[in-house]
Amino acid sequence: MKITQISVFLENKKGRLYDAMRLLGEKGIDIKTLSIADNEDFGVLRMIVDRPEESLELLKANHFVASLTDIVAVEVGDHPGGLAKVLKVLDENRINIEYMYAFVEKCADKAILVFRFDDLDKAIAALTKNNIRVVGQKDIVNL
Amino acid sequence: MIFNQQIECLSPGPLKDIQSQRLCGTVNYIYKNSRVFQKKLAQAEVSCQQIKTIDDIVHLPFTVKDDLRESYPFGIFSAPMNNIRELHISSGTTGNPIVVGYAKEDIDLWADVIARSLCCAGVVPGDMIQIAYGYGLFTGGLGLHYGSQLLGLTVIPCSSGQTNRQLKIMQDFKPKVLACTPSYAIYMAETAVELAIDPKQSSWKIGIFGAEPWSEAMRQEIEKRWDMDAIDIYGLSEIIGPGVACECHCKDGLHVPSDVFYPEVIDPKTLKTLEQGARGELVVTTLTKVGMPLIRYRTRDIVTINYEKCACGRTSPRISKVLGRTDDMIVVRGINVFPTQIEEVLLKINGTEPHYQIIVDRQKGMDQLEILVELSESSFSDEVRKLQSFEHRIAKAIESVLSIGVKVRLVEPKSIERSEGKSKRVIDKRSL
Repeated sequence: MKITQISVFLENKKGRLYDAMRLLGEKGIDIKTLSIADNEDFGVLRMIVDRPEESLELLKANHFVASLTDIVAVEVGDHPGGLAKVLKVLDENRINIEYMYAFVEKCADKAILVFRFDDLDKAIAALTKNNIRVVGQKDIVNL
Repeated sequence: MIFNQQIECLSPGPLKDIQSQRLCGTVNYIYKNSRVFQKKLAQAEVSCQQIKTIDDIVHLPFTVKDDLRESYPFGIFSAPMNNIRELHISSGTTGNPIVVGYAKEDIDLWADVIARSLCCAGVVPGDMIQIAYGYGLFTGGLGLHYGSQLLGLTVIPCSSGQTNRQLKIMQDFKPKVLACTPSYAIYMAETAVELAIDPKQSSWKIGIFGAEPWSEAMRQEIEKRWDMDAIDIYGLSEIIGPGVACECHCKDGLHVPSDVFYPEVIDPKTLKTLEQGARGELVVTTLTKVGMPLIRYRTRDIVTINYEKCACGRTSPRISKVLGRTDDMIVVRGINVFPTQIEEVLLKINGTEPHYQIIVDRQKGMDQLEILVELSESSFSDEVRKLQSFEHRIAKAIESVLSIGVKVRLVEPKSIERSEGKSKRVIDKRSL
């Protein structure tokens, strides 16, 4: 139930995000969602793509520092309190969130959030037990 | 005022006699007392009898920093340890630092050459001096201190730092002389303005600045801001510390007290002595030192030399301001920094590439050191926090070696410009 995310180190200088996007675009790689975490010097680009391994090879071949990370995608009701319900389960089970971001696209009336937890398996078990849907790689690719 | 009129204005003939006599004495003394020099002279196949006049100095072998490092801590000393009165340490490239030992006679010599330097700069007995060079293992503070005492000045031994207090002391005590690094003089001017103190109204009329290279442009800047005479003093711990050369009011080269420190300028490649005016490496022989005499010590500093009599009346040779280095050493806030030191640290930390670049900049008059480090695959994390703590860890490791604060910035692999496969190590943005 884990999803592979590709993370890329970007120096904070003009044109680097474009360089990465251009490479992926030329190979027809579909970016499902992305987020950038940054500080004054550098950023970390995190992406969910349809072909993560191929993207990794491509970026590395072009001197980017990149890696694959397992994350968990969770379906959240797109209504007030939707996210709170998910966070309550995590809180009760003492699971820490390292970072999170959202999908642009939606499944029906549900939003999809991407989480990186300190303990992925524990998180998946807790969420599933509380009837919160964890989205798989296939579902993401077909979005 | 000329501190030692007789010696400093001596005509070339008698000066040469003194130099010759002292060189012979030094060579005999070190040959008798220092194993390092016994070996060096034997290797160079030079006997003491060959050295009759100062011109014979060209037969003597050079001494380099590695000779001092290899004999760490006291191996190169010529005096027994019970005659050593003081020790100082200078930062070296890698491994062992350079230890300098002073016998009683050397401390007296140090005071003498500093007193000459101060007089050169226009200081007279009775003046008050604020010494804002660091006191301690660094030679700047104590060297100026001893010389000021000998000349008969009122000394305020402030040491470096605590800028607000420095400025308050200046306003309240009204010292005429300031001694510190040139970058600190600029920094204090900036701070003064922030504190609504007009630097032009300051009591400091003479500044004795050294321990780092600085340009004519920087002099003009300091003189404009503080409305003072900014005088360049030169030195290196291995020889004695500050006092190896100093400008006079003519500001046309730094006078070398060549009766005690004999200067030569050589071509660093061919090692041949160069003519007056040619750029080359400064080589210094101590003619009267007791604790740790050095013969033909290669300073790595690039200068030119001028033997003409100065308008001030002194006949001592004058060297130019330091025009560069023969190695890649940079001086930051008075501290010697070698790129190899940083390289060593990086090689010891897992996850960094030995590809780095040192950017030296001067902000608000203070030197800043930024180190770009290429990130490797293994140390990459998708969490910004972990990357930041990695930067922090590298910075701490480098700081513990260099003893100055640095900023580390992770950059993408292959992003540091390379020529012939080698990275350009140092970018100095300071307008020295």
